[in-house]
Amino acid sequence: MAVAHAMAMIPGLHVLPADPAGDAGALERLARWCQRITPLAAPDAPDGLWLDVAGCAHLWGGEPPLLDHLLARFAQDGIAARAAIADTPGAAHAAARHGSDRIVPPGTQADAIALFPVAALRLPVDMVATLRRLGFEQIDALARIPRALLARRFGPIPGRRLDQAIGRIPEPLQPLAHETPLQHRIAFLEPLLTADALAIATACLLDPVCAAMERAHLGARRVDLLFERVDGAILATRIGTARGNRDPRHLARLLDAHLETVDPGLGIDAMSLIVPLADELLWQQDDAGSSVDVSALVDRLANRLGADRVYRATPVESDVPERAVRRIPALTGASATTWFNGDAPTRLFTPPRPIEALAGLPDHAPAAFTWRHRRHHIRRADGPERIYGEWWRRDAEMTAIRDYYRVEDQDGSRFLLFRQGDGVDHRTGGLSWFLQGIF
Amino acid sequence: MPLIQPHLSVTAAGIVGISAPKPRVALSDLRDTVARLERHRVSAGRKALPFGIPDLDAALPGGGLAMGALHEVAGTGADIQHGAAAAMFAAGIFARIEGKVLWVLEQHDLFAPGLAAAGLHPDRVIYAQADRYDVLMVMEDGLRHRGLAGVAAELSGRISLTASRRLQLAAEATGVTALLLRRPGPSSRGGEAEIAGANAAMTRWRIAAQPSAAPIPEVPDVPGLGRANWRLDLLRNRGGQTGSWMVEACDASGCLDMVASLANRPPTKIQRRHAAA
Repeated sequence: MAVAHAMAMIPGLHVLPADPAGDAGALERLARWCQRITPLAAPDAPDGLWLDVAGCAHLWGGEPPLLDHLLARFAQDGIAARAAIADTPGAAHAAARHGSDRIVPPGTQADAIALFPVAALRLPVDMVATLRRLGFEQIDALARIPRALLARRFGPIPGRRLDQAIGRIPEPLQPLAHETPLQHRIAFLEPLLTADALAIATACLLDPVCAAMERAHLGARRVDLLFERVDGAILATRIGTARGNRDPRHLARLLDAHLETVDPGLGIDAMSLIVPLADELLWQQDDAGSSVDVSALVDRLANRLGADRVYRATPVESDVPERAVRRIPALTGASATTWFNGDAPTRLFTPPRPIEALAGLPDHAPAAFTWRHRRHHIRRADGPERIYGEWWRRDAEMTAIRDYYRVEDQDGSRFLLFRQGDGVDHRTGGLSWFLQGIF
Repeated sequence: MPLIQPHLSVTAAGIVGISAPKPRVALSDLRDTVARLERHRVSAGRKALPFGIPDLDAALPGGGLAMGALHEVAGTGADIQHGAAAAMFAAGIFARIEGKVLWVLEQHDLFAPGLAAAGLHPDRVIYAQADRYDVLMVMEDGLRHRGLAGVAAELSGRISLTASRRLQLAAEATGVTALLLRRPGPSSRGGEAEIAGANAAMTRWRIAAQPSAAPIPEVPDVPGLGRANWRLDLLRNRGGQTGSWMVEACDASGCLDMVASLANRPPTKIQRRHAAA
């Protein structure tokens, strides 16, 4: 059916361009997610998955709870799915798409699929059309035909599919390969007790792992260090980097900062280093010679202080000063928006500090104000600059007005003051004065 | 009467003539020796950032603010509590050095557009919020990262001589300029005494706001704000002179200027000559 035909039939039809490669990649990722249910998971192109759950169902309390859990998890992520369990992949494929019973009892798949349409046998589309034209609507009709006749007319495919679905010939799955994270473990002749020894061991662990990452063109994003103590306890520390990094000195410096928190007890017998998350990294920028790469510094600070305490500032389109800036991660690229031009205070108080001020209405600058029990006499002032409330943020700001003044007192200190309200309409504010910034 | 004069000395072994070296040559040799002993390496090519004010640059060794060294800046007078002018002074210095800047602070009351008005584009600044006891450690981390333009740290409270010496050595090793912005601690009253202790900074600055001139000098009655005025006090200057200067605050590119009304006067400046410490 052509797109134009479909759009004529259903007005308002939403048409998206097909992306077969993207769909295949997404299916593979879903199959990898399903590896938590069974280690043998494979995609069943174009829109299905096969999971070999022999021996796994008891972990979920039986096959029905397993199916329920799987479908619920998919529904949570917005994936509409149907599932079925059967003895053979062919029967499971057919039951999931055309059956109403979710679980086909063992050994009964021949009867279960008998009434399904022939398309459920994974035959090519034109062969299905031919079969239907010849009057074969359901699988049991096909099963009653002698195999030799079927093979002479249609080739080996229908017979093979039938036998695979019933279970006469095996159909092994091609499960996805497991991705094992890079890791290395060393055991010590004598238990280690001191932080220096642990640091040396960390360096010994990092060398082979970083070499493996270099060969695979990967950079570590998360590194876990596990300590196995003499008494059997296993301690762990974890570091993260903002960008993939495989420089052993940088990773050693980040890990050494955490070594002090490890309590060795009676001694540490063995240590392992695991890289659970790695990004593709084609070339590693050298830390010593670079002039613009601050990612190593940001990593160190983020691991010491916390990732949310290392940041940059970027402008927000807002005239209200306390909303004009927001924090972004430190390694974000250059901001494209232009910055506020003009005078802005260096220190900003959030929330603004209330003051007492004396000013002539409606638009004279204050003659004096009192803040923290000190009186400031204004010698020079600039303003008012009227900022209207952002009614789209809060209803309360629909009629709010702030009149901003930049003032200089008798000593030369400059302040940013504002008055709530325009002095004419009482709904715009209560005429209170606030100090918001110091220049 | 000249200090050293050639003289003839008669000893038992014969007549020995000694001619003393010229005083100027001896003095410069002495200066180099002292500089080597104090590890200034001023003549070894360390860069200096000139302020653009001849009086001020002449007082600093190398003709400008030494890059790759530790400098201390604080507000004085009304500005001591918040250090707003000090932050703007620091931003103006970093605006004229290429590269990224690390700004370490305890609480974030800094307003980024204020720094942008001094010429320090906020894309260049990475903020690190640290506890009081970690501020110096984070500053040293930043100083050890070669390639940064500078590190500014807002420290409330005291700093020991050892800590400041460590920061100075770290800055010298990598060439990153370090500016320490001092503010009084939360429990102090007044605060000047708390930030007045000895430390190893190359220069110590105090900035006080001064009343500014009318925005349009020809018509002084027109209301408005012109450029702010500051009084810069250089309390300590290793290898140079101390003094006070009246300057105009940073403009959009971070440059200071002499106060316009004084610019046309002959160069008499308010100066207190202290022995270079």
